[in-house]
Amino acid sequence: MPAFPSLRALVLGLGLMAGATPALAASESISLPDTRFSFDGLFGHFDRASAQRGFQVYKEVCSSCHSMHLLAYRNLRQLGLSEAEVAGIAATVQVMDGPNDEGQMVERPGRASDRFRSPFPNEQAARAANNGAYPPDLSVITKAREGGADYIHALLVGYEDPPAGMQIADGMHYNKYFAGHQIAMPQPISSDGQVEYHDGTRATVDQMVTDVTQFLTWAAEPELEERKAMGVKIILFLTILGGLAYAVKRKVWADVH
Amino acid sequence: MATGLHKSDFQNPVIRWVDARLPVFTMMQKEYGTFPTPRNFNYFWNFGALAMVNLVIMIATGIFLAMNYTAHTGMAFDSVERIMRDVNYGWLLRYAHANGASMFFIVVYIHIFRGLYYGSYKAPRELLWMIGVVIFLLMMATAFMGYVLPWGQMSFWGATVITNLFSAFPLVGESIVTWLWGGFSVDNPTLNRFFSLHYLMPFMIFGVVFLHVAALHITGSNNPLGIDPKGPQDTVPFHPYYTAKDSVGLVVYFIVFAALVFFFPNLLGHADNYIPANPLVTPPHIVPEWYFLPFYAILRAVPDKLGGVLLMFGSIAILFVLPWLDTSPVRSMRFRPLARPFFAVWCLCFIVLLYVGGKPPEEPFVTIARVATAYYFLYFLVILPLLGRLERPLPLPESIARPVLRGGGPLPAGAMSKPMEKA
Repeated sequence: MPAFPSLRALVLGLGLMAGATPALAASESISLPDTRFSFDGLFGHFDRASAQRGFQVYKEVCSSCHSMHLLAYRNLRQLGLSEAEVAGIAATVQVMDGPNDEGQMVERPGRASDRFRSPFPNEQAARAANNGAYPPDLSVITKAREGGADYIHALLVGYEDPPAGMQIADGMHYNKYFAGHQIAMPQPISSDGQVEYHDGTRATVDQMVTDVTQFLTWAAEPELEERKAMGVKIILFLTILGGLAYAVKRKVWADVH
Repeated sequence: MATGLHKSDFQNPVIRWVDARLPVFTMMQKEYGTFPTPRNFNYFWNFGALAMVNLVIMIATGIFLAMNYTAHTGMAFDSVERIMRDVNYGWLLRYAHANGASMFFIVVYIHIFRGLYYGSYKAPRELLWMIGVVIFLLMMATAFMGYVLPWGQMSFWGATVITNLFSAFPLVGESIVTWLWGGFSVDNPTLNRFFSLHYLMPFMIFGVVFLHVAALHITGSNNPLGIDPKGPQDTVPFHPYYTAKDSVGLVVYFIVFAALVFFFPNLLGHADNYIPANPLVTPPHIVPEWYFLPFYAILRAVPDKLGGVLLMFGSIAILFVLPWLDTSPVRSMRFRPLARPFFAVWCLCFIVLLYVGGKPPEEPFVTIARVATAYYFLYFLVILPLLGRLERPLPLPESIARPVLRGGGPLPAGAMSKPMEKA
């Protein structure tokens, strides 16, 4: 008899933990297509070629409106770009620096240590240029949306003609995955060949969306590979340690039971 | 032996020298070495030790996070992301700290459940239990303020909603809220004081945990049978028996913890908290952290604001008087055939409240929350007091040793700290 109450108690305890999960998905649920990414799963890793192409998409398309102020050009080294390549990319932008010895602010070419240059000096300027809407910073965007990378991917391919009878407000666009379905951002990636990839990959819409999602996920969680690799090692270690601890416990208790 | 020195049993001359002047080694030996502990603990008795380890992890990771965090509304969010990106293993520190809070509540909820099921709150452990409730309250305050620090959308709006609860009190309510905020809205002074208090309170918890353990070592532990040890045959020395058993639980705990930190670090968080706080944009659903949801559900179950606030605080305050509400002299529910199903329903209500607390305040969730809230209080205020009178408990075993040693074989010498005194 004594085993049963503890068993039931254990089930209740587990229920307590499991109960947390559905409570978290509280916001509006539009079901997202589940996209497979290289960074999914316990052994997930970034596809560096894809992330590099994604950076190119960001640079040539997204960055005209969206900042990524938490990233520095030097971070691109992690995607496999060489020091010279990173310096070259940074040097393409002009950065306000100073004051210099004369007290003047000066513009200079960007360096690897600079943060990604933001397209607008402040929120008001961004809104003024975008019909009153504020393009969010993309540094942690995959962490900042329910659904993460799946959501970003879905959003970018989710532009459609609105269903019959739906009134779309002036300057808004229909997107089947956006909450409320009216989004201020026009379809950013709309035609094949919009970006000419340096590595010769054919730039289909789907390819560009997948690549930029890869890049944005890396930007939000640059530690992901290290984290998952460490997790695998630690859990393997703990499993062995657990076996040893249990063996020790059995031996210690052998004379009592 | 000089006068005024403690008589130490330690042989090592250095330890002996220290111990004679400051008997910490004797104390440790007494409280964690030979300490007589009921021999029949199940794995639920791991969770006190796990909570202690968890507190140490929270303080250790928190100290290093504080070295790199900036408590300013304009910089807090970016400083947290800088920890994630530029501080060596900063992501590990932060994810361990954030998920450590969730682990702490999982561990403590199971620890409290253990106490409720096995009647650990009953005489002579009433004060031990009440000190535990104080720890729980301090933990909630600490966790709430910690969640504000990253200054994301949920930080800001959670802080706004929760501090605003105090405005429900008549006359002084508004003044209390202004005083809590340090201004007329949740702003930089609020963030600064929350950071200061978030750093202070874990050390207060540490102090109260010391009292909790001190009180425990006076009464001794309860056990799954809920009967007192009658002699040394019913106990084993804490070390090595329970150090070994706690180690098993500790490793399992670390596996769950590691799975969260390394593979699902944001599972128990909310995506909105990766959006910097914006006082002008209210998130569609303001939801507290998962461990507050049962109490949040109770708050929202009441149509009146003040009533909701009082009921929410009442749901925890009632635990203080639980030792006197439960009139049954039998501790363990193993021997309480009626209390067991009623308690199972109470646990179900707690989980249901946790679930509906995260749902928008609309039907059917409002009605479900009201029914569960009603039962939550009914269990403590009506069912437990009556059960003590109406229920016929099953016969209690004579001693702990008897049901454990089903064969009734002879006790091995190593199993006892002292030779047998009485049967």
